[in-house]
Amino acid sequence: MRYLTARKRAEGKGAAHTGTEHHWFMTVTSVALAFLIPVFVIVFGRALGQPAEGVIATFSHPFPAILTALTVFVGMRHFAKGAQMMIEDYAQGPTRKALIILASSISYIVIAVALYALAKLTMVGFLFEAMH
Amino acid sequence: MVQFTLPKNSKIRVGKTWPKPEGKNVRKFQIYRWDPDTGENPRVDTYFLDMDKCGPMVLDALIKIKNEVDPTLTFRRSCREGICGSCAMNIDGINTLACIYGLDEIKGDVKIYPLPHMPVVKDLIPDLTHFYAQHASIMPWLETKTNRPAKEWRQSIEDRKKLDGLYECVMCASCSTSCPSYWWNGDKYLGPAALLHAYRWIIDSRDEATGERLDNLEDPFKLYRCHTIMNCAKTCPKGLNPAKAIAEIKRMMINRHV
Repeated sequence: MRYLTARKRAEGKGAAHTGTEHHWFMTVTSVALAFLIPVFVIVFGRALGQPAEGVIATFSHPFPAILTALTVFVGMRHFAKGAQMMIEDYAQGPTRKALIILASSISYIVIAVALYALAKLTMVGFLFEAMH
Repeated sequence: MVQFTLPKNSKIRVGKTWPKPEGKNVRKFQIYRWDPDTGENPRVDTYFLDMDKCGPMVLDALIKIKNEVDPTLTFRRSCREGICGSCAMNIDGINTLACIYGLDEIKGDVKIYPLPHMPVVKDLIPDLTHFYAQHASIMPWLETKTNRPAKEWRQSIEDRKKLDGLYECVMCASCSTSCPSYWWNGDKYLGPAALLHAYRWIIDSRDEATGERLDNLEDPFKLYRCHTIMNCAKTCPKGLNPAKAIAEIKRMMINRHV
């Protein structure tokens, strides 16, 4: 039991003077993903089920490789920021902070793994081209 | 914080069933009851009214129950015409004003509960202390720095029109208590009602504290907990759209940054 006035409870620690960047980031990435995702689905769908050479050939081209990198990066950062919003809604205290760190870490790990895989595919593609 | 189950002492039990009156047009009312003095859990009492001897609105039925059946039933009411906002409660699953909600709009039994997710003072009376303090925190008055004019602060007809759909809010709390974001984070999130009032002063052409007002709202919780769920606009008994006002504040915030 704390003897705080209703006004003090309502004011809390005051405004953090932040949040607009987060809101604008989510808006921009939403628009970006609205264009990126359909194109990525088509490109990925065409590569799906092909033999290894076909997949390597697809992702060693600049357009599919850059498109995939952008989709993964923008998508995962959008996921992390969206997850942060959701976590802030439903969790409190140290749990909230731990979950936000976890969501952000997952996004960066997925981005790193995806970029590594893309780089590997592109390198293999270049080697194939050089050999033939 | 989100709660998926009620605390043990808040679980609602079946209450008393009051005698059924004679008549052909009898209707059943199920009403939430809780008295802090008894220390008992909340209950839902069942009442019956002869609708041929009752007024058309939900408030008429509540007053009839209080006057003729159970004088201990407690609720707020004052103007009985949708101006004071006192009789806001959850009727048939919708937060609204009992005085302007017709009994003919409800199918089946009439179920009446206090506004959701607010501390209950007694029966249908929620504790709105925090809600009113949040409203006070947005400075709901004209802030000026220029010397006071000899007569009045002038405003064009076009600028005055911008206040339509905002000034009509009667602070009944129906919108805020229908908002899941307000349920989970009502301690920090200002809620639709306070934000609608905040926008009403931000958009007022006579007000000279627009920047300070936006500064005070720029916060991940105070403003940005609104996820455009739109329950506020759906439930508002005055037909206002707090979600649109919040979206306008967000737009102004972005325009300051980009």
